[in-house]
Amino acid sequence: MKVRIKFNKTGSMKFIGHLDVMRYFQKAIRRSGLDIAYSQGFNPHQLISFAAPLGVGLTSDGEYMDMQLNSFFSTKEAMQKLNQEMNDEIRVTNYVALEEGSKNAMSIVAAADYLVSVKDGYVFPENYQQLFEDFLTQKQIIMRKKTKKSEREVDIKPYIYHVAFHEEDFSKKTGQPIKGSVAQQYENGKKIYLQITTGSVINIKPELVIEAFCKFAGIEYEPFAYQLHRLELYGDLHANPKADKEEYIKNRELVTLDSYGHLIEE
Amino acid sequence: MRKLALSDEILLTVEKPARYIGNEINMVKKDLREVAIRFCMCFPDVYEIGMSHLGIQILYDMLNQRDDTYCERVYSPWPDLDKIMREKDIPLFALETQDSIKDFDFLGITLQYEMCYTNILQILDLSKIPIWAKERGEEDPIVIGGGPCSYNPEPIADFFDIFYIGEGETVYFQMLDLYKEVKASGGTRERFLERAAAEIEGLYIPKYYEADYNEDGTLKRFYPINSYAKEKIKKQVQMDMANTFYPEKPLVPYIKATQDRVVLEIQRGCIRGCRFCQAGMLYRPIRPRDINFLKETARKMLKNTGHEEISLSSLSSSDYNDLQELVYFLIDEFRSQGVNISLPSLRIDAFALDVMSKVQDVKKSSLTFAPEAGSQRLRNVINKGLTEEVILKGAMDAFQSGWNRVKLYFMLGLPTETEEDIEGIAILSDKIAREYYTIPKDQRNGKVNIVSSTSFFVPKPFTPFQWTRMCTSEEFLEKQRFLNGKMKEQLNQKSIKYNWHEAELTLLEGVLARGDRKLCKTIYDVYKAGCMFDSWSEYFHYDIWMETFEKNGINPLFYTARERKEDELFPWDFIDIGVSKKFLWREYENAKQEKVTPNCRQKCAGCGAMIFGGGVCFEGKN
Repeated sequence: MKVRIKFNKTGSMKFIGHLDVMRYFQKAIRRSGLDIAYSQGFNPHQLISFAAPLGVGLTSDGEYMDMQLNSFFSTKEAMQKLNQEMNDEIRVTNYVALEEGSKNAMSIVAAADYLVSVKDGYVFPENYQQLFEDFLTQKQIIMRKKTKKSEREVDIKPYIYHVAFHEEDFSKKTGQPIKGSVAQQYENGKKIYLQITTGSVINIKPELVIEAFCKFAGIEYEPFAYQLHRLELYGDLHANPKADKEEYIKNRELVTLDSYGHLIEE
Repeated sequence: MRKLALSDEILLTVEKPARYIGNEINMVKKDLREVAIRFCMCFPDVYEIGMSHLGIQILYDMLNQRDDTYCERVYSPWPDLDKIMREKDIPLFALETQDSIKDFDFLGITLQYEMCYTNILQILDLSKIPIWAKERGEEDPIVIGGGPCSYNPEPIADFFDIFYIGEGETVYFQMLDLYKEVKASGGTRERFLERAAAEIEGLYIPKYYEADYNEDGTLKRFYPINSYAKEKIKKQVQMDMANTFYPEKPLVPYIKATQDRVVLEIQRGCIRGCRFCQAGMLYRPIRPRDINFLKETARKMLKNTGHEEISLSSLSSSDYNDLQELVYFLIDEFRSQGVNISLPSLRIDAFALDVMSKVQDVKKSSLTFAPEAGSQRLRNVINKGLTEEVILKGAMDAFQSGWNRVKLYFMLGLPTETEEDIEGIAILSDKIAREYYTIPKDQRNGKVNIVSSTSFFVPKPFTPFQWTRMCTSEEFLEKQRFLNGKMKEQLNQKSIKYNWHEAELTLLEGVLARGDRKLCKTIYDVYKAGCMFDSWSEYFHYDIWMETFEKNGINPLFYTARERKEDELFPWDFIDIGVSKKFLWREYENAKQEKVTPNCRQKCAGCGAMIFGGGVCFEGKN
């Protein structure tokens, strides 16, 4: 049977890269005693997969991992077993069972929420909210986007779904409450909430949006000046990868990745 | 949130920031207000190497079992961070609390190989602890060295306050008790060192000794100049291996360490008596751990780490009496949970092949033999009991079970070596290939693949070859060229790959291994000229080392390419490892006469280690 867990990542764990987080979970699952399934052969590996790699330096409330189990525990029990093996800076926050034959998390990721906080000690315009509103009134926001193979110009504007500067406001726009976030708070209080396209079809990184904004505002983009924090990952109930990009975006119906499964009662 | 010593900006700039943040699984956390002694354990190399070392894991666990002591860790900052720390004047810190090393009571440095010596100075320097021990004051940590290289500590004697001669499990607690006592009574650093010298066996305080030299540079006299210091320092040995410390919850790093597995030390010491092997002499007598202890420990360690592999560690696993029972237990218990079992240093026989076929993919794995020398004559000289017959038989058995990859390890430059011996390496490699091709074509598994590697022989203290002359770099390279030519002449040369080592690093290792106190200044100057991470070829500057030797009036060949006289006083002779110098000389004579000495289980050779009162010396004698 297949389950999906949700976890967060904060503090010094932001320096641990994606592959090492995978290793961390592989070992934690072994310690926890969950009945994980293995592949066949001389070098069996656990049947687990992650939704969307988180870059080094980012923190998150919205990480997802799928795993294949031979037998299972209730949500409460499984979370307890896993969290006993976690450190303080990575905690499992949900655990749901998926229907047989469900697509894995990686293939359904369609959008993500981010909180971009300006770190203390860096200059950022006082009127950044007004500037950001102005930034979004542009017809197009053209940025050079690098992929593994090529570099090309993209209009990123259609991929910015929601923007807000306060938590309640953002929640209202996305319809998604923010509870118990592990995001670090900074004294200067300058924050930008973003909902943007993510995933295998189109992927926009929050850095790219900030870089575009800096360009627009005429300030130098300093990569270290922002703490990027992922709040949530969504799938799209209307997803149709074959549709053209515009349609793909227009007809979206976003739901969090854990809403594809159900809690397991004791 | 956990405090970190380095800023986000720095951590996101350097390679592998996980090296510096600590907080690994099973990291020990303590309340500093409840701790009297702060100890920082250091492996002076990069994190991934240091985290793979079992000895530190044992000591970390052992010291932290004391409520009054908090043992933390530090490893060498990689050159990228080293540069930033110097530019921004950031002091070196321990991983656990991220506090400056300078605030600790002790800095313990493990000495696993000679080529880490400049890294020790890097650690001291970045910690802002005076590099020279004599310049340290009451506020500085006590710097203590231990591990294999402490059996000749003289080339680095001036940088340490104490060397711990022996196995870590023995006198650390006594030392910490003494430290607390002296501190409580308002005693000074000096008072502690004097009492340590006088009251605790195995602790060597280098500044309490002086060396006089003969005109030819050899040691004339080595003597204590402090009334508390002992003439001889006795190696401390843990005799009760069943009831000693072993970490049930070893640290699990976030990034992949070189040794990413549970390591189970099944025994300490070796019965074989190979004459080039320092560990084989230092850790006598052989002391096996109890099989039930090992089974239980394996279970706990796998459970507490989540590692997917377990490796048995010892100098010669095949000599562990209960090996079969242990290995089959591990396979039966853990194989179904996806745990891989790795068995280094195993003699290839029917048992080994059975185990290997169960835990490895025959198509992908290889057989390993370490004949060390190419001819039977030279194998007798070094007392390596492996014969050509055994190798060919083992290889053939394996070939018939489907293996087709073989790795062979040899040394060049062994005492008495001739061209015939060297050619023997090529011939033996070829013979194994020929053996393979005697199998009918339709029954064999494609081509055979033989990898022969040679390293250069470095004579080490406390071995029968401690008197012997080491080759010069030119001689080494000539031997290598000669062998490479011979490899090309073999019938199956296309199936044989020949790998070799760098000669320059070997020369340096030779100098430091049998060096004396005169080398401290050179090591200091070399470090000041920018050398560190010498064992990493991209950071090794042979030219700087050579220039610095010259500036200091040191001829490296004095330490390497010089046959010593029987009665020469060695810089390490003040250490008593139990094995006597007389025995070592006798073994050197046997070597020259190509005489084999039976192993400890066959016949006691009277090496002197019986004085420890246990282990193989008393096996079956009760």
